[in-house]
Amino acid sequence: MEYFLQQLINGITLGSIYGLIAIGYTMVYGIIGMINFAHGDIFMVSSFIALIVITALGVTVSTGLGMTFLALILVLVSAMVIASVFGWTTERLAYRPLRGSFRLAPLITAIGISIVLQNYIQITQGARVKPLQPLIADGYTLMTRVDANGEFAVQISNMQILIIVVTIVLMTIFSLIIAKTSLGRAQRACEQDRKMASLLGINVDRTISTTFVMGAALAAVAGLMFLLYYGVIDFFIGFIAGVKAFTAAVLGGIGSLPGAMLGGLVIGLIETFWSAYFSVEYKDVAAFSMLAIVLIFLPQGLLGKPEVEKV
Amino acid sequence: MAHVIDNPVLTVEHLSMRFGGLLAVDDLSFMAGRQDITALIGPNGAGKTTVFNCITGFYKPTEGCITALHENGEKFLLERMDDFKIPKIAKVARTFQNIRLFGGMTVLENLMVGQHNPLMIASNYTFGGILGLGGYKRAEKEAIEFAKYWMAQAGLMHRADDAAGDLPYGEQRKLEIARAMCTKPKLLCLDEPAAGLNPRESEELNKLLLFIRNEAATGVLLIEHDMNVVMGISDHIVVLDYGKKIADGTPEEIRNDPSVIAAYLGVPDEEVEEVEQEIDEIEEGASS
Amino acid sequence: MTDTVNSPSRAGRHFDIPKIAKDLVVTALIATAIFGSTIAFRTVSASGGLSLELRFAEAFYVIAAVVFGRLLLWIFFWSKAPGQPAVSVPTGLKQGFRAFGAKFGKVFGPAMLLLALVFPFLPTTDRYLLDLSILILTYIMLGWGLNIVVGLAGLLDLGYVAFYAIGAYSYALLAQYFGFSFWMCLPLAGILAAFWGIILGFPVLRLRGDYLAIVTLAFGEIIRVVLLNWYQFTGGPDGLSGIPRPSFFGIPFNRSEGGFADLFGLDYSSIHRIIFMYFLILVLALITNFVTNRLRRLPIGRAWEALREDEIACRSLGLNTTSVKLTAFAIGAMFAGFAGSFFATRQGFISPESFTFIESALILAIVVLGGMGSQVGVVIASIAMIGGFELFREAEQYRMLIFGLAMVVIMIWRPRGLISTRIPSIFLKERKAVSADMVAQGEGH
Repeated sequence: MEYFLQQLINGITLGSIYGLIAIGYTMVYGIIGMINFAHGDIFMVSSFIALIVITALGVTVSTGLGMTFLALILVLVSAMVIASVFGWTTERLAYRPLRGSFRLAPLITAIGISIVLQNYIQITQGARVKPLQPLIADGYTLMTRVDANGEFAVQISNMQILIIVVTIVLMTIFSLIIAKTSLGRAQRACEQDRKMASLLGINVDRTISTTFVMGAALAAVAGLMFLLYYGVIDFFIGFIAGVKAFTAAVLGGIGSLPGAMLGGLVIGLIETFWSAYFSVEYKDVAAFSMLAIVLIFLPQGLLGKPEVEKV
Repeated sequence: MAHVIDNPVLTVEHLSMRFGGLLAVDDLSFMAGRQDITALIGPNGAGKTTVFNCITGFYKPTEGCITALHENGEKFLLERMDDFKIPKIAKVARTFQNIRLFGGMTVLENLMVGQHNPLMIASNYTFGGILGLGGYKRAEKEAIEFAKYWMAQAGLMHRADDAAGDLPYGEQRKLEIARAMCTKPKLLCLDEPAAGLNPRESEELNKLLLFIRNEAATGVLLIEHDMNVVMGISDHIVVLDYGKKIADGTPEEIRNDPSVIAAYLGVPDEEVEEVEQEIDEIEEGASS
Repeated sequence: MTDTVNSPSRAGRHFDIPKIAKDLVVTALIATAIFGSTIAFRTVSASGGLSLELRFAEAFYVIAAVVFGRLLLWIFFWSKAPGQPAVSVPTGLKQGFRAFGAKFGKVFGPAMLLLALVFPFLPTTDRYLLDLSILILTYIMLGWGLNIVVGLAGLLDLGYVAFYAIGAYSYALLAQYFGFSFWMCLPLAGILAAFWGIILGFPVLRLRGDYLAIVTLAFGEIIRVVLLNWYQFTGGPDGLSGIPRPSFFGIPFNRSEGGFADLFGLDYSSIHRIIFMYFLILVLALITNFVTNRLRRLPIGRAWEALREDEIACRSLGLNTTSVKLTAFAIGAMFAGFAGSFFATRQGFISPESFTFIESALILAIVVLGGMGSQVGVVIASIAMIGGFELFREAEQYRMLIFGLAMVVIMIWRPRGLISTRIPSIFLKERKAVSADMVAQGEGH
C-alpha cells in the first residue's frame, strides 16, 4: 500500500511533465493536423537552455530559498522565451512554406528539423550527459511503515510538489486562454475550418505561429522540470519523451487540452507502475502497447470527439 | 397506396435510423422493382442519403430489414452484411453525392478497379498473376473489353487514358456510374446523379440510365432533385419527408398527389398549378 | 506562380530599404536568441559541478552569417517588383526541359541497370566504392519495399525498420541455433517478416492516417526495446556476432581447396566476396522492383492505388480494404525481411543499434523525396541521400546536421518529391503520365 502510494506520487510527477509536452502536440495537431515531430526536441533544447541559465546564475542547493525562487523564475522565463523563438522559427522555416501542400511533406521536414536540433545541440553542447546537482532538496514524509523488511517511508519531495503545482497553474492559464480570449477563439476557428476562418478575417498564419509558440513555451516548462527532477539531460532525451508525449496526446484525444493532460498522467502512471512492479527495461513497451490498445479500441482517445465517417 | 411490385430486387421493411436524438428515417418500407427505375425523392434533410447508406452498408440501421433478391431466388439481408460484401455478393452498387473517383488513376484503371473481385480470382489471388499464368491474361483482356463496353455507353471512349481527376464534372458523374456498372450489379443506387449537370448532360444521363434498365437488366434506385430526370425516366417514385414515406406510386400518381405537392414542394396553393404545368411540359418533352 | 509570361519591359530590381532593414534586424534578434544562447555558452563538467565555456566569437560569426545570408536572399531573390517572378525561366526552355525529362526518364532505368551490372569491374571501382554501392543498393531495396506501403497503398509506416530488424535477427538466430544456410534463411526471413507484418498490421490497419503512423512507430520501438533487453535470445545491446557469410551457392569464399577462387582458377582475393555481395543485393533489389512493377499491373496493385485514392469508394466497389491493406503491409515487410537477412550476412554482426527510428525516417525520406510511388525516384533519392551522406564523412560531427537540413530544404523545394508524376498501370492507346496534382496522398486526406 505504501509502496503503491509512493509510485502514485512518482507517476503523477512524471505524468505532469509528459502532459505539458503533450499539450504542444495536441494543439498543433488540432490546428494544422500534423505531427510536429520536432516538438520533443524543442523540449530537449529548452532543458539545455535552462541548464545554461542555471549555471550562469550560479544557483546551487546552498543558495537561499528566496534567491533560488527568483532565479528559477528567471530561468523559466528565459527558457520559455528562447524555446518560443525556436518553435516560431521552425514553423516559419520548415512548415509554413509547405502549408496546403502534400500531406507527408511537413512530416518529413519535421523529422529533418528533429535531426537538425539533436545534432545541433550535440555539436554545440557536447554528446555527453549533463548532470545537475539538485537545487531543491527536502520534502515531506507522508507516512512510514516499519515491518520485518525494515522501514519504508512514503515521501513527496518539494520538487514533486513544485512540478505538480506549476503544471496545474499553467494548465489553468492555458485552458483559460483557449476558452476565453480572442486568440483562443481564433485557434478554435482555425481548427474547425481554416479557409472559412481566414475569410472571416482571422490571420491564420499568425494564429498557427502563436500555437507553435504556446506549445514551445509549455515544452520549455517541461524541460526545466525534467532537468530539475532528474538532474541529467542529454541531446537525445527529446525523442523518447516526444514519442511518449504524443502517445499521451493521442490517448487523451487529440485536439483536447484536458485530454493531453489526462493522457500524460495515464502514460506517466503506467510507466511508473510498470517499472515498479514488473520491469524497468520494458516500461517503454508498456507505454507504447497502451497506445496501440487505446487506438484500436477507442480511436478518438479518452476525451476526444468521435470522428464520424462522412460518405 | 403502396405501389404493387411483383418482382422486387430490393425490399426495405420498417427501416429506422436514429442518430442520437434525431430519427433520420422512421419506419420506412418500400420496394424497388427488378426492371424499374425507382426514384427516392423528398426535400433536403428528408433522410434519403441515410436510406442509401443503410442499403449499401455504410450505416447499420437501428431497426428494420433490407433484403436484396436475385432472379434465382437468392436472398441477402443487407443490414447484416459488411459494407464491402454488399457490392461483392449481394450485387448492390452505388455512387456518391460528392463524386468519389480514383482521381489519380485513369478512366480505364477506375473501371478495372470496379472489376477487382473477379480479376482477383482470375489471378489466383495474385499468385497466378505474378507468375504470368495464361488464365489471368485472358481474364484481363475480357475485363478491358467490358470496361470498353461501359466506356462506350457512357461516352468516355476518347478519355480512356486520361486521369479521372482531369475529367469535367459531367464526365466524372458518368464515369462513376460506369465504374459501378463494372461490378455487374443487380441494383444500382445513384445518389443525385444529375446534380450539377447542364440540360444536355442531364439528357445523356437519362439515356444512360434507361440503357442500364433496358439492356443491362439492372434495377436503378436513385435520389434526385432534378424533376426532369425523375419524371422523365422513373417507373416508380417513393416520396420521403422527415424520414417518413408520404407517397409511393407511378410518376402519374405522385404528380397528382396533393400531399406530395404540398409537403415536398412546400409551395403555397396558388403556385401548385404552375409547378404542375411545368411538370407537364417536362413530361411532354421526355415523351416526344 | 513562376509561370507568368516574361514581359519584355521587365521592371528592374526593386529594393524596399526600410522593409529590408527591419527584416534584417528581426533576423538578427532571432539568430541571437537561437545561437547566442546555445553556441555562446557551453556547459562543461568541471570539478564541483558545471561551469560555462564562453564562445562569443563563434556565436557572433554564425549570427553574422545568418544575417548576411538573409541579405543576399533579399538582393538576389526577393528584390523583384510586385507581380514579377524572381527568377523567370523562358517557357520554351521549360518545355525543352520537360521533353528532355521524358526522354531521359525512358533511358534512365536501362542505363542505370547497365551501369550497375558493369560497375564492379570498372577500373575506378575500389573496395570503398563497392561497399558504398552495396549500402546504396540496400537502401534502394528498402525504399522499393516501403514504396509499396507508403507510395502505392498510401499507408504511412514509420516503423518499417522493425521488419528489417526481424529479417536480420531471423537469419542470425536461425543460423546460430539451427545452422541454416543463408539461402535457406533468406526466404524464411522474408516469410517471418511478412508474418509479423500481418500480426502487427491486423489490429492497427483500421486506424487512419497519422494514427497509423504513430502506432507503427510505437511497434518499431517495441521491437527494438525487446531486442535490446532479451539478453538470452538476442544478446541484448551486445548484439549477435559471428553470423555466417554467404557462400557462392555452397562454394565458400576462402583460400581453401574447393573454395571460390580455387574452383574458378582465380587468385584468392577478399574482393570476390564483396563483388558477390554486390550482385546479391543487386539481384534482390531487382527482384523487389520486378515484383512491385508486376503487382502494380495486377488487381491487387490497382486495389492498393485505389485505396490510396479513396478508401470509401473502394468499399463501395466490393474491395475488402482490410485485406488490401494487409497484403500491402505484409509484402512491404517481406522485402524488408529479405534486405534484413542480407544486411546480417554482410555485416556478420548485428545489434539493435542498427535498427533505430532514424533508419525508418531515412527510408521514408528516400521514398518521399524520390516521389511517392516512383521506382526511379527511389533510386535517385537513395544515391543522393546515402551518397551525399558519405560525401560529408570527413565532417563527421556535422554530417547528420547537414543531412537534416538537406531533408528540410529538398522537401520545401519539391514537396511532391523528385519524380512526382504517376505512370498508369494499364492503357488503351497511349500511356499518359498523370500529374501529381491529381494523385491523392493516401490515408487521412
